Amino acid sequence: MGSAPLLHIDNLTVKFTTADGAVDAVSDLSLHISPGECLGVVGESGSGKSQTFMAALGLLAANGSARGRALFHGDDLLTLGDNELNAIRGDKVAMIFQDPMTSLTPHMTVGRQLSEVLIHHRGVSAARAREESLVMLKRVRVPDPERRLAMYPHELSGGLRQRVMIAMALLCGPELIIADEPTTALDVTVQAQILDLLREVKDTLHTAVVLITHDLGVIAGLADRVAVMYAGRIVEMGDVRQVFADPRHPYTRGLLACTPRMDAAVTGALFTIPGQPPNLEHLPAGCAFAPRCASVLDACRNDRPALRGLGGGRFKACIRDDLAHAS
Amino acid sequence: MTGVILAVDDLKVHFPVRTGGVLIGQYRPLKAVDGVSFDLKAGETLGIVGESGCGKSTLGRAILQLVAPTGGTVSWLGKSFCDAGAADLHALRREMQVVFQDPLASLDPRMTAGDIIAEPLWNFHGNLGRTEIDRRVREMMDKVGLLPAMINRYPHEFSGGQCQRIGVARAMILKPKLVVCDEPVSALDVSIRAQVVNLLMALQREFGLALIFISHDLAVVRHISHRVMVLYLGRVMELADRDALYAMPRHPYTQALMAAIPIPDPDRERAKPRVILSGDPPSPLDPPSGCVFRTRCPHATALCADQTPMLENTGADNKVACHHWREMSPTSA
Ligand SMILES: Nc1ncnc2c1ncn2[C@@H]1O[C@H](COP(=O)(O)OP(=O)(O)OP(=O)(O)O)[C@@H](O)[C@H]1O
Ligand code: SF4
Ligand code: SF4
Ligand SMILES: [Mg+2]
Repeated sequence: MGSAPLLHIDNLTVKFTTADGAVDAVSDLSLHISPGECLGVVGESGSGKSQTFMAALGLLAANGSARGRALFHGDDLLTLGDNELNAIRGDKVAMIFQDPMTSLTPHMTVGRQLSEVLIHHRGVSAARAREESLVMLKRVRVPDPERRLAMYPHELSGGLRQRVMIAMALLCGPELIIADEPTTALDVTVQAQILDLLREVKDTLHTAVVLITHDLGVIAGLADRVAVMYAGRIVEMGDVRQVFADPRHPYTRGLLACTPRMDAAVTGALFTIPGQPPNLEHLPAGCAFAPRCASVLDACRNDRPALRGLGGGRFKACIRDDLAHAS
Repeated sequence: MTGVILAVDDLKVHFPVRTGGVLIGQYRPLKAVDGVSFDLKAGETLGIVGESGCGKSTLGRAILQLVAPTGGTVSWLGKSFCDAGAADLHALRREMQVVFQDPLASLDPRMTAGDIIAEPLWNFHGNLGRTEIDRRVREMMDKVGLLPAMINRYPHEFSGGQCQRIGVARAMILKPKLVVCDEPVSALDVSIRAQVVNLLMALQREFGLALIFISHDLAVVRHISHRVMVLYLGRVMELADRDALYAMPRHPYTQALMAAIPIPDPDRERAKPRVILSGDPPSPLDPPSGCVFRTRCPHATALCADQTPMLENTGADNKVACHHWREMSPTSA
């Protein structure tokens, strides 16, 4: 991507203090998102996908702290105050979460919530805000939009709530949308509708999207590039077609291989990655994936492998270069 | 009917639901399961798929008699549950076990893994004695991939995948003939999901066990099942041999479900034809007349609003409930 990045996360480390001590939920993570592109972020539960972006937007829980930089148009979000962050969030950067109920206010009508975003960020009149809200609900194909404006979130189905969330995210014409598991709570046929809508948003409005998910299929349908996370770090990153066709990190290969897929013949047993995702409080020395890796060498247990460039915009955090390319 | 161990005939579970309004005593039936029939053979896996609220879990619970059916029969080895006395039911419970979705929540937090797995043995074979029960528990832990040394640990000390293994060990300890698995891998990470699916398939081979595998994940169901039932609003839309169903889904709902599963391959996923259904599944309290799928079906006609389609044979043992299945070109998924 030739253009200057919209968001550049540089050496981000996120720490949480807990009763048992401190854990690094995210470690030395760097990535960028260019205008108009979709970056997929995939990884298992607890791998740090959400906290990376919560930290960048100043939304960490009270026991969390972030180190590093998160440059948005060159301004470091980690150094901004609450007022400045509030001005950016919901305006230039919008968020969509798995459970819309957590971001919609339960006792406020849909119309009022949408309008307040516009009044807050744009200072428009109430009448104008209502009009624009209606246009946006139509745009995200909420059926019966006038009637929905007067409804409360709990009166809507899960799919409609997610559409309202997307409408709200789009209201101020954001440059970046961070969508954290936007379809995980939905039925597959409704997920297909929402993914279609996100695809349309990306293609017609050229909004950059960070798509956080544990579902490789969702990434395959929407992302331009993908970052694979494990134990708080990016282990592989690159063009989505290249990474899926020729994964270079043993964890990426394992994830792809153990996902049963509708387009392949049924095999006897599924491929498995042995063992379990690591406990962040007791990470092994060296490569965090070493205890589960079939290609592990003694050297893997010495130092944390750095994320290094492989050329062509591809990166991996694995010391081995002699692994045969996947067919 | 050789080898049939479980026969479900026209099973109905209707819950009376209080509908709003000032009138006291206004109830409407919520038809969670509405006329489901199927047979299950020894050693067979039946996958049950459908979206939230379609009645999958209620059907599983009704088969296990954990919820009382409103109509229809469930027969085990030719004997109807309705005719079974308390003693029979107790014996039946031994032969049918269950594994639930949420691994941690379904285990008693105050019991050790060993006690949880041993409990059914104490209930049914208490006379075996502590030493023998302990030996069997350790043997089962080993079979499901848990270190027997962890026998005295509590559920919160295990990972999600390990908790699910405890659930599977507990279900297997009595060597049942049938295990009903209700979304057993949905709460698990992808890498752990594959481990548990393989475990269930290996145990099935070893013990000749029949499985009812309830899930919303069509790719996992395809992997593990011999036959698959597709449910929508409490009714069977399609019931067919696994390979037939996935190669040639007949029902418009099955076709849409399959088209909606994302393929983890960017080129294929973006090139595949999109079948986007409109709207959400309707409320089971207020199902559409005629075919319950008609409000979202791209092929619906006036007939569909008028008459409920019956399950028809499409060949061999495969069945579909759609007025227009003959006119439709089957899509290949
Ligand atoms: N407030 C907190 N205090 C302590 N640890 C936390 C806190 N919030 C998150 N964590 C830990 O940070 C790690 C990363 O969490 P994160 O939410 O980013 O994971 P994720 O990849 O988004 O997972 P999921 O797929 O489950 O959403 C996890 O180990 C989590 O338990
Ligand atoms: S660094 Fe070693 S252990 Fe880690 S992924 Fe590469 S080969 Fe495996
Ligand atoms: S009966 Fe009619 S509405 Fe129902 S699935 Fe068939 S074509 Fe669609
Ligand atoms: Mg998350």
